[in-house]
Amino acid sequence: MIEATGLTKRYGPTLAVDDLSFSVSAGRVTGFLGPNGAGKSTTMRMMLGLDRPTAGDVRIGNRHYDELDHPLRTVGALLEAGWVHPNRSARNHLRWIARSNDIPDRRVDEVLGLVGLTSVAGKRAGGYSLGMQQRLGIAGALLGDPEVLLFDEPVNGLDPEGIHWIRELMHTLAGEGRTVFVSSHLLSEMAQTAQDLVVIGRGKLIYQGTTDDFVASATARTVRVRSPQLPELKQALTRREVSFDESDGALTVSGMDSDAVGELAFAAGVTLHELAPQRGSLEQAFMQLTGEAVEFHTGEPTPD
Amino acid sequence: MTLLAVERIKLLTTRSPWWCALVALVVTAGFTALVVGNADEEFPATVASTQFGYSFGLAVIMVLAALAVTTEYRFGTIRTTFQAVPNRAAALLAKTTVIAVLSLIIGEITAFVCWGISLLLQPGADLALNSTADWINVAGVGVVYAVASVIAVAVGILVRHSAGAISLLLIYNLAVESLIQLIPSIGDDIYKWLPFNVANKFLTGAGESNAGRMAEAGAPLSSSPLSPGWALAYFAAFAAVLLTIAITTAKRRDA
Repeated sequence: MIEATGLTKRYGPTLAVDDLSFSVSAGRVTGFLGPNGAGKSTTMRMMLGLDRPTAGDVRIGNRHYDELDHPLRTVGALLEAGWVHPNRSARNHLRWIARSNDIPDRRVDEVLGLVGLTSVAGKRAGGYSLGMQQRLGIAGALLGDPEVLLFDEPVNGLDPEGIHWIRELMHTLAGEGRTVFVSSHLLSEMAQTAQDLVVIGRGKLIYQGTTDDFVASATARTVRVRSPQLPELKQALTRREVSFDESDGALTVSGMDSDAVGELAFAAGVTLHELAPQRGSLEQAFMQLTGEAVEFHTGEPTPD
Repeated sequence: MTLLAVERIKLLTTRSPWWCALVALVVTAGFTALVVGNADEEFPATVASTQFGYSFGLAVIMVLAALAVTTEYRFGTIRTTFQAVPNRAAALLAKTTVIAVLSLIIGEITAFVCWGISLLLQPGADLALNSTADWINVAGVGVVYAVASVIAVAVGILVRHSAGAISLLLIYNLAVESLIQLIPSIGDDIYKWLPFNVANKFLTGAGESNAGRMAEAGAPLSSSPLSPGWALAYFAAFAAVLLTIAITTAKRRDA
């Protein structure tokens, strides 16, 4: 449904998006994952024709955004919930958007009901809480009943109830066969929301595929073992066809939990000095994967 | 038509245009009441003197028009607009049209309210609109407001920041044009062709609407060599060029 090819955006000397190619399919929630400053928002702005790519292009259902007739009926987007005039009421905000794409006024009340803002629709949007603004933004994205939905960091600053609501909504939308593309800088969030992932760092593609594969590869469990009888232990492991790495006189065993490693050592009559399960968190794994691609490192003190 | 409706909803669902319209009317009418109220045998009220205050309302109109654009940049709704209408030129032209029409209406109301107040204050004076010059001087105010609002919209699109756009417009309109006259030898020649001076030529011509009152006793007449008709064309062309530059820039720029 969405197809980016060689997408590149340069701001002066910095490459915000670097030769990015990926595709997003319909009927699934696709997460767009990357650390802050990785180029997610820039990419989404280019999808909507707001920013002009330096090179490459992005197509939605085989067409450029600016070739779409009544674009809001094809693509609904929430890039920033704050893009509302604070003195305009929510209903009036949605009314002008609806009018611009020949969407009937009754649809405005429908989406207001859908996001639960009916009772405050006449109030000025500037007085809304962050969560309400987010709901208003989502109402705007849903106005045209679009096949494609883009959300940029939709759960930022929301309370757990709001986060849950957005997650459910995205699943419902994808379940209806729509294309849902949602960005986040939190892998743990995406692991619960997205079926597919597009991961970028420093504007470059790092991974595209299913979330399950990414999480599995990112958080593979390992066990660290130290023993005075390393050769015997290695033999025992090799016999069981378990893979391991050796460094600093210790083994890092993957694909076997610490219980099994302990039992194996006992059976082989090997003394253990250390048996420690190593479990990388999702965030750690994500940092490892994108580590080289993080734009802003904290300054590390240099030893003198 | 759709785009005009969109911009109309946007413009009229916030409060600032209503306030600006009210301020334009009150300030201009107040100034007119002062001028006309103080008219006497020596300096009788004329059709021209009922409109001396138009430049105050003009400044407010330009603030209104600039704000209508710059607040869209400030609050990000311009991006929503371009997202809904990827044809940026069409969206911005529609916006300009709606603002110009509103400015025209405010200008006409202001001009005729000023004229009406003058009739009440000086029932004996000859304020009848019985020549083309008289009509242009009163009804032309709305037209000048409309063209000036286009200039303000263009500056708003180019500058994008409220404070910057408004100070640029007001400083130019209230100070720069008259200060250019002070440049030795060439200042007056340049001044003849500056847009707001030329707009004033359209309204006041050679002073016919000020009949019965010495020229030096009224507001100074425009030094533009153009006829009123050409003066309006020149002022409108200036606005059109500025708007073209602004829209071309907005199309090329990242929103």
